[in-house]
Amino acid sequence: MASPVRPVFLDLRKIHLPPNALVSILHRVTGVLLILSIPLVLWLLGRSLAGPEGFAQAVAVIRHPLGSLLLLGWLWLLMHHFFAGIRFLLADLGFAEDREQARSSAWTALIAGIVAALLLWVLLP
Amino acid sequence: MSLLSGQRAWLLQRVTSLYAGLFVLSAMLWLIVRPPADHAAWHALITHPMIWAATALFILLTLLHAWIGLRDVILDYGQSVPVRLTALILVAAAFLLMGFWALWILIEAALT
Repeated sequence: MASPVRPVFLDLRKIHLPPNALVSILHRVTGVLLILSIPLVLWLLGRSLAGPEGFAQAVAVIRHPLGSLLLLGWLWLLMHHFFAGIRFLLADLGFAEDREQARSSAWTALIAGIVAALLLWVLLP
Repeated sequence: MSLLSGQRAWLLQRVTSLYAGLFVLSAMLWLIVRPPADHAAWHALITHPMIWAATALFILLTLLHAWIGLRDVILDYGQSVPVRLTALILVAAAFLLMGFWALWILIEAALT
């Protein structure tokens, strides 16, 4: 049982969030948001396969300015989750365990996710 | 519950992430290099037996991966047993629905 006098410090404005903590919480947040996006993705997949009209409709949705912006956000969710996930897998195998390496790998994952999302957004047709 | 908890869940989370990651990587590369021009090309791509099976497996494993992750979140933040149980049941139902929906889309595409 926890002691009733143990210190509790949960002031979100004062908690310092080092990069590894940021990557970690964002990995969880992006995972949950990706789950929430599944119905939308399945709807798009279903429309795009239903017939030429549905395909045109799905293309129009992701070409629409708002749709395109949402696509960029979604690609970031996916790419951050991807790179932060690779970082966790490598950590499971024992790589980059000391503080400096953990920080630099966190920055790498954070930046790689942003760069990959932008690249995909530009490169995807 | 012991089927998908503890060390087995932890391991499944990681194994499924490898397949999902490789699938996403290949799918993105394919869509960049050879984007399907129209519905016929897109439909032919998805219903190619190998791609169809790989996609169905991707959806199944990704839902499993996501279920384990969301289950962890619920167990972390759900403060009481009734809250946890209600959330887990609702999420499990949503995941089953999404799984059947995805399967329906793939089967319908294969039949048309």
